Amino acid sequence: MEGTAVRGRLTWQTATVSAVMDETPTVRTLSFQVPDWAGHRAGQHLDIRLTADDGYRAERSYSIASAPGEPVAITVERLDDGEVSPYLTQDVQPGDEIELRGPIGGYFVWEPAGPDGATPLLLLAGGSGVVPLRAMLRLRAQAGSSVPVRLLYSVRSLPEVIYRSELDHEADGVQVIYTLTRQQPPGWTGYARRVDQQMMTEVAWPEAQAPVAYVCGPTNFVEAVAADLVALGYPPQRVKTERFGATGTP
Amino acid sequence: MKPLEDRVVDGNAIGGMLIELFGTEMTTAVGTCGVCGTVGQVAEMAVYLPKLGTVVRCRVCDNVLMVFVEVRGVTCVDLHGLAQLA
Repeated sequence: MEGTAVRGRLTWQTATVSAVMDETPTVRTLSFQVPDWAGHRAGQHLDIRLTADDGYRAERSYSIASAPGEPVAITVERLDDGEVSPYLTQDVQPGDEIELRGPIGGYFVWEPAGPDGATPLLLLAGGSGVVPLRAMLRLRAQAGSSVPVRLLYSVRSLPEVIYRSELDHEADGVQVIYTLTRQQPPGWTGYARRVDQQMMTEVAWPEAQAPVAYVCGPTNFVEAVAADLVALGYPPQRVKTERFGATGTP
Repeated sequence: MKPLEDRVVDGNAIGGMLIELFGTEMTTAVGTCGVCGTVGQVAEMAVYLPKLGTVVRCRVCDNVLMVFVEVRGVTCVDLHGLAQLA
């Protein structure tokens, strides 16, 4: 296939890992130098392809964790039975080369200058579903946007919160709400259960404010949350969803 | 709309493959179901990602011996890694 790349089309390219940073004991952020990167939007993803010596290939899709203009980064959760994530979270070092293609997607995207840029933003994350939402938060800060944001982040325990130091320094107008579904620290007064209709009623912007919601996480999380929002009166087209299957149970 | 099973993902997950096949961003393309007429963006459609297929490897050198991939009820069998199978 070499030499057949059409300008503007999505092609696999070799990126160099420029930095690795542990977010939690099982989650790592990788930053890349990508020679030919068209620039991405907050919420988009990229594909990573690993090729074994015998030619066997595995491809995975990862949300981009960084805001537009920042170095391309992904945040990867290690799945012990995974084919790709153990390599990305344990073996990869700065200077290593990795095949990727992107940016990909135009649906799960938030833009401060876009049609949904001026209405209250409701972000709902299940586990590592927080990754594309973090890109949106960084873009909001970068753009000096003042739209009010609520992020409800469902996660098993506090040590498993990704980007915790960043999220705990809430920017003006950004409210971060955790629900710790499996284990809570002593004295925890926050939510301690899976997201349900009651919680959504308490957290979601009233539908009358014409909010837009972005929901990302395991499929069962997204299905439950999206149904709750529609029950609260959110029009389905104001609830953007991205599902990543059965991995994890936040 | 009935809830999706845990293992099902959505059209966002195949955005890269679709660009490869169609030459343009497709997750925001709008599709109409040929049976029931439901209209929706590709990103919202249910996607069943099989594993790459069942892979059989050599116990000694890890070579891929056989790959089985099912497409619409037809299983494609790739035996290229075997010199003989009797």
